[in-house]
Amino acid sequence: MRKVFERVGRFLDTRLMQPLRRLGQFLTHNKVLHVDHHRLRLFNRFNVPITNRRRESVIGLTFIFIWIVGYLIFALYPIFNTLYLSMFKVYFDAAEASGLRLEFQGINNYRAAFLSDPFFVQILIRYVLRLLLNVPVTIVFALVIAMLINQNIRGKGFWRTVFFFPVIISSGPVIGELMNQGATTLPSINDYRFIDLILANVGDFLANPIEALFNEILLVLWFAGIQILILLAGLQKIDKEVYEASMIDGASPWESFWKITLPSIMPLISISVVFTVVSMSVFSLNEVIVYIRNIILTESTPALTTGYGYSATLSWIYFVVMSLIILLFVGLISWRRKVTE
Amino acid sequence: MNWLKRKFALLVKMFEALKDKDYDRFKKLIRRWIFGMRFTDGLLFKIAIYTLLISLGYIYMYPMLYMVTNSFMTVSDIISVSIKWIPSRLNWENYRLVWTTINYPRALRDAIMLAGLPAISATVSSALIGYGFARYQFPFKRLLFVLMIMTFIVPPQITMLPMFRMYREYNLLGSVRAFIYPAILGQGLNGAIYILIFFSFFRMIPKSLEESAQLDGAGPFKIFTRIAIPLAVPAIIIVFLFSFVWYYNETYLSGLFLRNSDLFTLPLRIERFFRDYTSIYPEGSQARELMQAAKLAGNILAILPLLILYFFTQRHFVESIDKTGITGE
Repeated sequence: MRKVFERVGRFLDTRLMQPLRRLGQFLTHNKVLHVDHHRLRLFNRFNVPITNRRRESVIGLTFIFIWIVGYLIFALYPIFNTLYLSMFKVYFDAAEASGLRLEFQGINNYRAAFLSDPFFVQILIRYVLRLLLNVPVTIVFALVIAMLINQNIRGKGFWRTVFFFPVIISSGPVIGELMNQGATTLPSINDYRFIDLILANVGDFLANPIEALFNEILLVLWFAGIQILILLAGLQKIDKEVYEASMIDGASPWESFWKITLPSIMPLISISVVFTVVSMSVFSLNEVIVYIRNIILTESTPALTTGYGYSATLSWIYFVVMSLIILLFVGLISWRRKVTE
Repeated sequence: MNWLKRKFALLVKMFEALKDKDYDRFKKLIRRWIFGMRFTDGLLFKIAIYTLLISLGYIYMYPMLYMVTNSFMTVSDIISVSIKWIPSRLNWENYRLVWTTINYPRALRDAIMLAGLPAISATVSSALIGYGFARYQFPFKRLLFVLMIMTFIVPPQITMLPMFRMYREYNLLGSVRAFIYPAILGQGLNGAIYILIFFSFFRMIPKSLEESAQLDGAGPFKIFTRIAIPLAVPAIIIVFLFSFVWYYNETYLSGLFLRNSDLFTLPLRIERFFRDYTSIYPEGSQARELMQAAKLAGNILAILPLLILYFFTQRHFVESIDKTGITGE
């Protein structure tokens, strides 16, 4: 066995490493580029001194090189390509070189999305209202649960496991099936009439999202798994002595929550909010996403839309709306922070 | 246990007070028993906490319980009003139906490959990238870092159209490579999160370790593989687990990129099977009723591998976030 290893090692050394080393030597010691310990020589003429700082930059950039390439290919190019396509009517056409036939539309696609699409604006408004309602609920629940687990209770690990569980198993079809069968709404909530009471007392505009919230309360809570862990980690990092000191000064638990706990985990709450908005927005059963997807796959073909290009338009509008919501929430949080300070 | 002991000792004291007819003391003791010395160790508080925990836990587990119990039900159980939770007998028929019709072992193998290969690529690449961000200073580092985090916010719909075209051009549609390539370049599903995890983890490792290795003549890459990586084993496990689970559950992109192939993630395959199945049987027929339970059985089969994985690794999952400091310090 040892002999085999030795042989493999010798083979790698002589046959593989040797040429590689020679190649490396050639690449760094030639007429065009000559690398010394302290300087870099280009075309045998221009000297560039190698400082520690420059060396570090080059090494660092080498490590993230793959990310830069990936970003250009899989993030930057598609984003701008989508923006470009969103101004065209796009048809599939085998005759063209790119496989697409483009017809310039300017901002007509955007106009169509807001003015003549019978569904999109409605769906978008419903999504925004829901998000405005669901995000605070999720965050409050996550905070409550995190604080509960952070108490001195038995079976901490068990409870953390229970509350993190949904993160593992939630996938589109599974949740879709549960929704279809009505398992995402608690039967006992429907038994009490208080939802009807709420619905009767506020306008339609607010009542619909509230009703949706209660119908999917479990779904909303299921989105809180990671947020619970993030907030819990934050809670555990607060120094216990601060609480003790405040208690000696006569602060009630209620006061120390508002004056100590909340301010110290505020940054984590912002992170959780961003996470919640993003994960709810890219969730594959989200109405807007389903709508956009159906247009791409042309499973629904309203005559007025222009397929490919139009769905690019919708994606962009969706992206902007989503970013605005994130900005709104984060802005609210930091504004509050400034006020309380 | 200590808490119980103390409570019991208090109880004994209370009896003594009663025996001595010292009612003032008794009142004081009983107040202490209920509210505790500083409220948080009183009986009332504990009851409130556990009640909340148990009810919230029930809410969390409700869909899961529903899924498990209903998947065992026969048609008559589902229709029957009197049976809500416990099926009349353990009925494996639903599972057998799904298992054989989708050829579960093969479907599982496909699904594990579809999730595993991108997960491995994502782990390797994000370790490299996270290390680069954590350890080296270079121009525009801040800008690049912000851009990296921004990629998390960009919804996949935005990048999907051009990517679909790109993949079609290079014949990557319907192949697992459509997921491996972005992952290997650090742009996979939730790639920014993995990079962030590695970033904060590598920043916690003391720099002196690497400096001493540097003095001994190790190059940057050698330091990375020999010193940083062995120290980052927890982060590696966590990133791999998370990306595995997320890729496994992914249905949106895979539904698009693998549309016309026979490669499916498990949740998608089961969904597709039922779509075909329901189209055969008319609304309201017996077979249609059976579907409800069979669908749940199918979903359980879809998440079963994850359940097993979670069961064995839940410690890593749950401790991951405070260990790796995703929380941003």
